[in-house]
Amino acid sequence: MALAVKSEERDAIKRRALLSRAVFLVPGLTYITAFMLIPLGFIFAYTFLSRGTYGGIEFIFTLENYTRALDSLYIGVLVKSVLIAAAATILAFVIGFPVAYAITKLPTNRQNIMLVLIVLPFWTNFLIRTYAWIVLLNTQGFLNKGLINMGVISQPLELLYKPGAIVLGLLYAYIPLMILPIYSALVRIDPSMKEAAINLGATPAQAFRQVTLPLALPGVLVGAIFVFVPSVGNFIVPELLGGGKTIMVGNLIRDQFLKARDWPFGSVLALSMVIMLLVLFFIQARVNRRVLGDSRA
Amino acid sequence: MPNRLGWLRIPLYGVLVFLYLPISVLIFMSFNKSDAPFTWTGFSTKWYSVLISSPNIMEGFKNTLIVAIVTTIISLVLGTLLAIGLARYQKSSSLEAVALTPAIFPDLALAIGLLALFTSLHLTLGLHSVIISHALFCMAFVTAIVRGRLAQIDSSLEEAAQDLGDTAVGTFFRITLPSIKPALIAGGLLAFTLSLDEFVIAFFTNGPSSPTLPIVIYSMVRFGVSPEINALATVVLLISALIVTIAQRNVKVQDQL
Repeated sequence: MALAVKSEERDAIKRRALLSRAVFLVPGLTYITAFMLIPLGFIFAYTFLSRGTYGGIEFIFTLENYTRALDSLYIGVLVKSVLIAAAATILAFVIGFPVAYAITKLPTNRQNIMLVLIVLPFWTNFLIRTYAWIVLLNTQGFLNKGLINMGVISQPLELLYKPGAIVLGLLYAYIPLMILPIYSALVRIDPSMKEAAINLGATPAQAFRQVTLPLALPGVLVGAIFVFVPSVGNFIVPELLGGGKTIMVGNLIRDQFLKARDWPFGSVLALSMVIMLLVLFFIQARVNRRVLGDSRA
Repeated sequence: MPNRLGWLRIPLYGVLVFLYLPISVLIFMSFNKSDAPFTWTGFSTKWYSVLISSPNIMEGFKNTLIVAIVTTIISLVLGTLLAIGLARYQKSSSLEAVALTPAIFPDLALAIGLLALFTSLHLTLGLHSVIISHALFCMAFVTAIVRGRLAQIDSSLEEAAQDLGDTAVGTFFRITLPSIKPALIAGGLLAFTLSLDEFVIAFFTNGPSSPTLPIVIYSMVRFGVSPEINALATVVLLISALIVTIAQRNVKVQDQL
């Protein structure tokens, strides 16, 4: 009798636990399934279908979208996008690492102020931040005027509408995303590890290279992904600062969906971008695991 | 203390100049008297009156506010539930990865996917489709913040309440919700700001009749430099700065708890 009551009670508890689990998890996961996983499935399916006459798709199987993407024209755009995004990422690291390192050297209350100052521009409108560079770099813009007034140049320089201007715009937009993860990796490093290295005879430079740098690596990789991912698929910066001359893969995808109305081909381009990024995530996870494993050992 | 910085002062202050110089130029030029985009001719606030009397901009601003407010509510509810579910009921790293993916997935890929979905459902595009789309990635940010907060607080209080016979719902409202309040405020403000400034997804999922403010800004900046944009930029910067400052206060409270 007592046993039966107990098992009944246990069943009730189990049911309740199952119910609350469902209440908490189902709405969010359903939303993600409906509005992310299924839509991405659509895009994947589109890559094998034919374009409709007036946009949209026709349900005729084809591999033509893939063979078309292998055209040197499109491969070239993809390579160019990767190079521009990589340049922005590397510059963000070269500038961002010393900045993050410098912030860790500040007193704690000033660290917080400095971090807010670094992220604040990031939370303002992306289009406006990009537009600001048109104002600065235009042939009649402030940089050219300043240089002419100082006598450095006599003719205004054409600074906009070049790949360099795109790299600069991307760097400006995303450098906070490099600084923050490096900073949080650096502050988590136990100072005694560096002291131990110095006590064992390492110079400060050696201790930095062999202790600080490797332990900061996971943060650097997160930062690199945070900068690279939005850079490679960006179509605003190339359009506004590249003058449409340097087309990146983001511009191509946008145009296939909104202008050329070739959704299947646009889907292949998007898929190639996503696969490339998944490979990067995979590399990041591997390196992360290795570094964390080492520091635990 | 500051002299410990040494040469590191150069990148630190250099990056601040780099980040703030372009913005400062915009703010400065928004008070320019003439419409010469690159020449200072005297102080005036007339571009701000131009903004207020521009129906396009005010309409865009109204649409953006509607989208941001509804998005914030949806993403707070869904994100908080999901975070609690992941923290207390189903500890699974792959589910957690799925929950956070909308935040890091390329916005362009999400945008075309959503456009494909809405088109095949024959859904008319408008503010509602932007809200659905914004709630997707805003929810992921709320989940991340609330999940982080839940990892810090001890679950034994909740367990104690349940052991003493409280229902799951009761525990949620009496114990869990109050203890994650700072995270809810921070997450809500983050969702609001993200939605307010989001362009790419809104550009793909919006109908032609109801542009959000970033879409209005996009059509303006494509046609070159104008003092009106400078004034608009200044207003948008102020709003964002205000929200981020409030959010920052709450994150600090969170650290102290």
